[in-house]
Amino acid sequence: MASDLVTTTYDPDLLIEEQGYDDHFHDHHHGDKYQSNFITHYVFSQDHKIIAKQFLITGIFWAIIGAGMSIIFRLQLGFPEESLAWIKPLLGKWITVNEAGIGTLDPQFYYALVTMHGTILVFFVLTAGLSGTFSNLLIPLQVGARDMASPLLNMMSYWFFFLAGVVMFASLFLSTGPFSGGWTAYPPLSVLPQASSGSAAGMTLWTVSLVLFVVSVLLGGINYITTVLNLRTKGMTMWRMPLTIWAFFITAIIGLLSFPVLASAFFLVIFDRELGTSFFLSDIYIGGEALDRVGGSPVLFQHLFWFLGHPEVYIIILPAMGLVSEVLSVHARKPIFGYKAMVYSILAIAFLSFIVWAHHMFMAGVNPFISNIFVIFTLIIAVPSAVKVFNWITTLYGGNIRFNSAMLFAIGFVSMFISGGLTGIFLGNSAIDIQMHDTYFVVAHFHIVMGIAAFFGMFAGIYNWFPKMYGRFMNETLGKIHFWGTFIGAYLIFWPMHYLGMAGVPRRYYSFETFDAFAHFDGTNKFITIAAIVVFALQLLFVVNFFYSIWKGKRMTTRNPWGATTLEWTTPIDTGHGNWPGKIPVVHRWAYDYGKDGREFIPQILPVSEDESESH
Amino acid sequence: MTGLIAVLCIVLITLVVVQIGKVTELATKIRGEQDAQEEANNWSANFFLAFLFIFLFACIASAVYYKNDMLGYGPHIAASEHGPTLDYLFNLTLFFTGIVFIITHIFLFWFSYKYRGRRDRKALFFPHDNKLEVIWTAVPAIVMTLLVVGGLDAWNEVMADVGPDEEHIEIEATGVQFAWTMRYPGPDGALGTKYFKNITPINALGLDFNDEKCLDDIISSAAGEVIKLPVGKKVRVRITARDVLHNFDIPHFRVKMDAIPGLPTYFVFTPSITTEEYRDRLGSLKNDGTPMYPEWHEPYDPEDPESKKRYEEFYFELACAELCGKGHYSMRRIIDVVSEEEWKEWMDDQKSFYMTSIRGTDEDPHKGKLLDIEIKERRMDFNTKVEKALAATELTEKIIRLDHVNFETGSARLTALSRYELNNLFDFLNKNQNVTVELAGHTDNVGEPEANIILSDDRANAVYDYLLNKGVAADRMTVVGYGDTQPIESNDTAEGRQQNRRTEFKILTQ
Repeated sequence: MASDLVTTTYDPDLLIEEQGYDDHFHDHHHGDKYQSNFITHYVFSQDHKIIAKQFLITGIFWAIIGAGMSIIFRLQLGFPEESLAWIKPLLGKWITVNEAGIGTLDPQFYYALVTMHGTILVFFVLTAGLSGTFSNLLIPLQVGARDMASPLLNMMSYWFFFLAGVVMFASLFLSTGPFSGGWTAYPPLSVLPQASSGSAAGMTLWTVSLVLFVVSVLLGGINYITTVLNLRTKGMTMWRMPLTIWAFFITAIIGLLSFPVLASAFFLVIFDRELGTSFFLSDIYIGGEALDRVGGSPVLFQHLFWFLGHPEVYIIILPAMGLVSEVLSVHARKPIFGYKAMVYSILAIAFLSFIVWAHHMFMAGVNPFISNIFVIFTLIIAVPSAVKVFNWITTLYGGNIRFNSAMLFAIGFVSMFISGGLTGIFLGNSAIDIQMHDTYFVVAHFHIVMGIAAFFGMFAGIYNWFPKMYGRFMNETLGKIHFWGTFIGAYLIFWPMHYLGMAGVPRRYYSFETFDAFAHFDGTNKFITIAAIVVFALQLLFVVNFFYSIWKGKRMTTRNPWGATTLEWTTPIDTGHGNWPGKIPVVHRWAYDYGKDGREFIPQILPVSEDESESH
Repeated sequence: MTGLIAVLCIVLITLVVVQIGKVTELATKIRGEQDAQEEANNWSANFFLAFLFIFLFACIASAVYYKNDMLGYGPHIAASEHGPTLDYLFNLTLFFTGIVFIITHIFLFWFSYKYRGRRDRKALFFPHDNKLEVIWTAVPAIVMTLLVVGGLDAWNEVMADVGPDEEHIEIEATGVQFAWTMRYPGPDGALGTKYFKNITPINALGLDFNDEKCLDDIISSAAGEVIKLPVGKKVRVRITARDVLHNFDIPHFRVKMDAIPGLPTYFVFTPSITTEEYRDRLGSLKNDGTPMYPEWHEPYDPEDPESKKRYEEFYFELACAELCGKGHYSMRRIIDVVSEEEWKEWMDDQKSFYMTSIRGTDEDPHKGKLLDIEIKERRMDFNTKVEKALAATELTEKIIRLDHVNFETGSARLTALSRYELNNLFDFLNKNQNVTVELAGHTDNVGEPEANIILSDDRANAVYDYLLNKGVAADRMTVVGYGDTQPIESNDTAEGRQQNRRTEFKILTQ
């Protein structure tokens, strides 16, 4: 750009032809019989790029439903006096209309909405929609592979997710209602249909759906790990991988180690529900009878659940961190600061994520002595997290920042991660957690740090790699409206919740009127609900922009519009199955040679020249 | 119709938005990519700078706005002895995180502003700096160590159970869908055992009445009933659940603990301020006579401006903080912290659950027999009476009424429970072999006098037969039936007649 800055000129096709590695791709794939018709190309596709789009669009579908649910229960919380009769055509019997025509939301369904909102967002949107999308899209492209190690398992991973979605969707229409015991599904509530009508057929479908989902995650995860370990192109050592790949790789390992534990917990729940076992039940009197189910422990389930549940939040946030690291570096036109420290932080966070689970259970009746250990490990996580934040900020220092929607969301992510991460220091300290546990302070904390932040990472990824996916750009103006509205709006929604938490307002309350200590936040709750509606509308704007841009967006004219160094931008604009038409590229350097030796950027496929300063 | 309009609105808005997008894209094309990007950079950079100021200002402003909900500040002070420690830790953490929050945000947005893309700017190649990285690994690690040590110190103190000899009051809270049932120990100061299979519609906690400690326990389960606690006394709450998980949550006390079926938990705390004192705080006035916390001076019932003010109606509240089903949000109980004397008085007024709801019903395992404690009491009563009689010189003072010897109506058959008192009499006669007695029956004046004489005589004889069977020599006892001839009260009232129907014995020689 600048006159004294050398803009590297290179022809990727020529370079790959000269330097690339010949894997005899064309000998095997001539005519590409696997992608020849509509069904095999768009539906049962084994191409990682199509599967990524399938994950993304399914994720968007679920995000609209999950966020829509939150709007309905926010209406109940913000405007408890207002009539909800207008929504009766959608919710049917769950809206009770009295003689005066005032419609109220049934508490049972309120809890079903809360539960579904959590389940859908955590699993279907932020796990499948985020990690599924970008691991699929970027792993083969950025490590220089033709596709995933097993395209068949990869396809099955999506379809298991799809099936999980179908089952969950069906559960919304049950006469007893969908599951309503919270996304954490603590027994005995989740096991006993006598305790809640949502624990009848709704819970059966919920567990079936999530077991299918675990299968999907495991199939995907095995693939991601194998691909990263075995299919890296020549020259792509582990220490040359972009941080996105590191993040997806570690995420997949965490998932592979923790999701089976969740599945085992669900199997035991299914046994308790259907076979009369008592893994999680003891000393229960309900529905007028003392149950003959003794010897189990409800706390055992919590251990099993959070053994996944805590790593799960890193399964959600690590891919977002990877995407943000990459986007920040590319658009600041600078190498990511402290690349190795970033990798070690990811590794440290991943390791620690397995030994902090009981910090969700300080007030759950576990021995207080045990909590000491979990407090220590939990607060240690703050150190690698802080390192990451400082490194992101320093990446901006001295940059030449190109502000587009992707970059805005990446910066927004850092802000959200700081705000939400710092409140984690309160909650991880068990003594403070006595007052804060299960209050709105927790709601604010995890929504900001793993809800909004993860969404911001995802948006940064979508805006940045949309051209790679569809050969077109998303509209920038709409993208910026989307960003500023969401950024400000998200703070307006969740910031006041910290104060509710300090006052001790518990989460998962249908109404605050019963308690004098909680009732005076009616104005605040109205405010939050209005902000939530505005932010939700802005997400619809994003959806419009997304689908509009797929067909009508500005065309991509050059194959590397951001001036990025990574391999995905060396593929043709219309990337076919197999990613590179001829040889696969060979890598000569790390992914972050931006601004080095006065050159604006140096792609990974460019060999190291003799006069170059120290290289990685 | 409204639906149609809504759909039309959405379609219209979408169209407008898409058009805006299109127009700006065209404008970009006309102006040239680079110019457009630079302009976008400037816009965004300025927005971020503005956002930095507004954001930090809003954060502080919100803290001022919500100051009365901040922990340990203003009206929201902790009402338990351990509470201020937790509030202090919260505020200490707020201090450190606040510094980090402000500094990182200043750098984040300032760099975004300062290093916005310009055609003439060259990005710095700055891939790492070991010194910097060591510093910002070490500093958080040190601060974290500080917070961990402080936190764990407080945690282990707060969560410690009471010592074996430590003076405390133990009460029990049981979560059920959707209410809290409280249990207090009676005069014995101990809670009895319970078992979930003993639960019945009446015995909702499943108390085991074979455990003597249960017999004086007091239960309070109605939502409107106040839970009284004494100020300055250590309280250990045993927390249990009957059906699903609940959580015993008293925000003002900084108390919270899950209630789990089959796994009793506990929380130990000491209320440090009475409800009355807390109300005074909430209602306090500034020097100029205006309320310190105006929101607490509003009417308690917004509809009725004449109703008491909010601070006058203040109580501590017990809530549930673990999702337990559709009524989760409604498990409210109010707590009144009072002086120890007042609390003792209140406790004395409470009736044992066993005595009020179980005694004598089909669920009573002690039905048809006296409890050990009652037997003991009666024996002591009896013994004092005979000792007094033995010491007396006047003949009239040597008459002892057998209060607990009763007969079935109109007959001379002893009730089952009479044997306890008769056994006391037997023991007395057995121990004092020199004593001879007159056993006397009395009736009221209802019915024929002759018939009354016969009935009273038969009744005295029933006592005689009982003692004879037990082995008292026949020559030590004489039997008299007085009928209605010796009333001790007026026969005109029911109470008087009740008093007149009686069995007595008189010590003749000793």
